[in-house]
Amino acid sequence: MKPAARLTLFGVAAATFAAVVGGAAAEIRPNGWYADFVNRVTVPERQITDAVTAVNFDIRGFDTLGEEFIMFASVLGVALLLRRQRDEWNGPPLDRARGRGVPAPSDAIRILTVALVGPVVLFGIYVVVHGQATPGGGFQGGVVLATAPLLIYLAGEYGSLVRLAPRWLVESAEAIGAGGYAVIGAIGMLRSERFLENWLPLGKAGDVFSGGTVALIDLTVGLEVAGGFIVLLLLFLEETLVRRDPA
Amino acid sequence: MSWLPYAVAIWLFVVGLYGIVTSRHLVHLIICLSVLQSSTYVLLLGIGFRVGAAAPVFVDIPPGTPAVDPVVQALMLTDVVVEVTVTALLLALAVQAHERTGKLDPNQLGIMRG
Repeated sequence: MKPAARLTLFGVAAATFAAVVGGAAAEIRPNGWYADFVNRVTVPERQITDAVTAVNFDIRGFDTLGEEFIMFASVLGVALLLRRQRDEWNGPPLDRARGRGVPAPSDAIRILTVALVGPVVLFGIYVVVHGQATPGGGFQGGVVLATAPLLIYLAGEYGSLVRLAPRWLVESAEAIGAGGYAVIGAIGMLRSERFLENWLPLGKAGDVFSGGTVALIDLTVGLEVAGGFIVLLLLFLEETLVRRDPA
Repeated sequence: MSWLPYAVAIWLFVVGLYGIVTSRHLVHLIICLSVLQSSTYVLLLGIGFRVGAAAPVFVDIPPGTPAVDPVVQALMLTDVVVEVTVTALLLALAVQAHERTGKLDPNQLGIMRG
């Protein structure tokens, strides 16, 4: 299609879209009875003070399982796409190869990043395990955790990164995380014929050990998200630093 | 209820779509898709917002306090994380397209080869 024709088509489509959605938005009257219901039951019935976590991992836990597997499938797709092709070969990492053009990171960056790794890991674990009490949980904490290996790479330590987080380890973490969620749901089904039934003692609202299975699911999701993001990081780094095209 | 979030959502969607339509670089196109998708976040949060209501976290406020809709927040929280991995998948596709054809301009990738 010619650029001019494409732009015309876009202009018509965008104007129609804006008009239709704008008209629909003018009519929206959110009544929010479901939101009120969730906000009312989350503390007395589940001992979860963060209603968002209650929705994610208990009340609508099955939907989140689906979301998680979209993520799992995407990571799997990246691994498939970036696998070594028949005519490619692995060389020494460009970071450490002789005669490289990339200057070494400055001392300031090295000290700052190495000093940040510990606090970042601690903060990530803190966010993961407090999901049922305060804003946080597996998704957010997992992403925080996954930045730790990135910091190690920024310090110019590709070798340490690969030693600390080998592919088999992070891939197992991701798989155990994804499978763990389904297993926790299946245990609920074995006990009461309801998938993702909350089968652990609920504890006291506001504690770390509250919300029953929600705390466990937070852990598995944190494992899966952190694992998935580190797998992505390793795959892209390998593709750029190690993989060589046939000469 | 203000009309502003809906206007911002529509603007983000349209401007992201414009970027995709006129894009001449695959990485640019993927970023435009992220912009387009972020319109759904604004729309969802706009629907769930209530004037004068608290955040739906009942640690320091008693249960029963009027709070905004936690369901739409849960929807977008998972979506933010999932979207990043989907973006990574698209970027991997772009890497492979560049390796196969040596080009990153979608206009020059028209010919399919088996």
